[in-house]
Amino acid sequence: MFKIIYIMWLRQLKRYMRSRSRIIGSLAQPLLFLVALGYGFGPVFQKAGEGNYINFLAPGIVGMTIIFTAVFSGIEIIWDRQFGFLKETLVAPVSRLNIMVGRTAGGATTATIQGIIVLFIAVAFGFRPTNWLLFPALFLVMFLTALLFTALGTMIASLLEDMQGFQLIMNFLVMPLFFLSGAIFPLQGLPNSVTTIARFDPLSYGVDSFRFLLTNVTHFGLAVDLIVLTAITLLFLALGSYLFSKIQI
Amino acid sequence: MDIIEVKNLTKKFGDLMAVDSVSFNVAKGEIFAFLGPNGAGKSTTIKMLTTLLKPSSGKILLDGFNPSTNPDQVRHSFGIVFQDPSLDDELTAFENMEFHGVLYGLAKKVRRERIEQLLSFVELWDRRKHLVKNFSGGMKRRLEIARGLLHQPKVLFLDEPTLGLDPQTRNHMWAYLQDLNKKEGTTIFFTTHYMEEADRNAQRIAIIDYGKIIVSGTSQELKSQTNTTSLEEAFLALTGKVIREEEVGAIDRLRQRRRLWSGRR
Repeated sequence: MFKIIYIMWLRQLKRYMRSRSRIIGSLAQPLLFLVALGYGFGPVFQKAGEGNYINFLAPGIVGMTIIFTAVFSGIEIIWDRQFGFLKETLVAPVSRLNIMVGRTAGGATTATIQGIIVLFIAVAFGFRPTNWLLFPALFLVMFLTALLFTALGTMIASLLEDMQGFQLIMNFLVMPLFFLSGAIFPLQGLPNSVTTIARFDPLSYGVDSFRFLLTNVTHFGLAVDLIVLTAITLLFLALGSYLFSKIQI
Repeated sequence: MDIIEVKNLTKKFGDLMAVDSVSFNVAKGEIFAFLGPNGAGKSTTIKMLTTLLKPSSGKILLDGFNPSTNPDQVRHSFGIVFQDPSLDDELTAFENMEFHGVLYGLAKKVRRERIEQLLSFVELWDRRKHLVKNFSGGMKRRLEIARGLLHQPKVLFLDEPTLGLDPQTRNHMWAYLQDLNKKEGTTIFFTTHYMEEADRNAQRIAIIDYGKIIVSGTSQELKSQTNTTSLEEAFLALTGKVIREEEVGAIDRLRQRRRLWSGRR
């Protein structure tokens, strides 16, 4: 059983390591956000008495990297379906659950690596974490968040037949999840409707926990973050494997 | 003994009868050709035999097991080469084989031995470290056949295996399959649009059209039944000369759209 999960995980990692252009390409967007927003809104943020904006923004951009990479690697199942590789795994005498778990863990690992790269880029751009010793804990929470969104991607991909729906998902799901998560602005003092939406956005809790572990600032509290992230991850994994097990070609 | 038993097998997609109460048997060790025009129900039948699709009704036994209720036993019993490539392009030839071996639970030593043996046979051992995306169509096919045989299946399904292959590769492939069939007794179930390929290799042939099996027997029986001299003529006499392509495309698109919106498949 672990062999199956491991080989699926390994495959995702090998594919990731071999697509250097994709690694670099997917770093461009977070970098742009970090530079444009970070330097652009920095002075205003400072004037409003909220302190250093790059320090506030960096955890949010890490969250952004993770949600985009993770959802995308989950959705990659559609590619496998179109280019046939999915069939090879589906006719193999192994449980669909293990295939799904291995794949999702692999996708989450690559999203975490990608998030770590962006974190160090942010440091190069002036971000200062308060406590480097918390990095191992941070990486674990990043992986948990990545797992959640890879499972979400898998869920969606199990329901779609081709890439046509992909833009729809990106524009109507991933973008709102990112923008309304408190990744780029503080959740305090916002109109009620926005805070309520943010409270239903799993990424809010991911970003909040990163922010706590990196800069000791939190909105919900780390305990709440971890409970919510774990519960939703388990739910998405269960739903994802159910939908994945129902795939017929 | 029959290794494949199919009785009143039916598959409906909405109102469309893709496979309509089909029954046939394939004996152990037989080379069996499953022919029919595009959209006749060949691929749908193969998908049901290989656990990828659940039948609407009817019964299948493959090596004594029912694909719907005992999918894992069935999956151990067959190997398959799909109509379209199902390799991972970003992995090497060796990694694709290795991946398959792990999925089928082969111990490392056995796995490595067989991979070398099979890759050498399909003349890809020298290329084992190359990424599959740089392979030609023929090389990919050969790799897929090697992969399908890695776990020593009792039945090998080949869905249009020689599509787009040159005569050299095709002959080489069939020589190997015939040899495999004789030595190991592997049952071979294949579809093709090349009638002379079916004529030359199959011991028995079934022709399916509009979801129904219209005739089955040896190539000789089919020819004498239709008073024709070649299998191609017999095939045309039985299935007519109307080209099916467009109709199928529309149905496929419809099915796709329906599935996309209803979220079912």
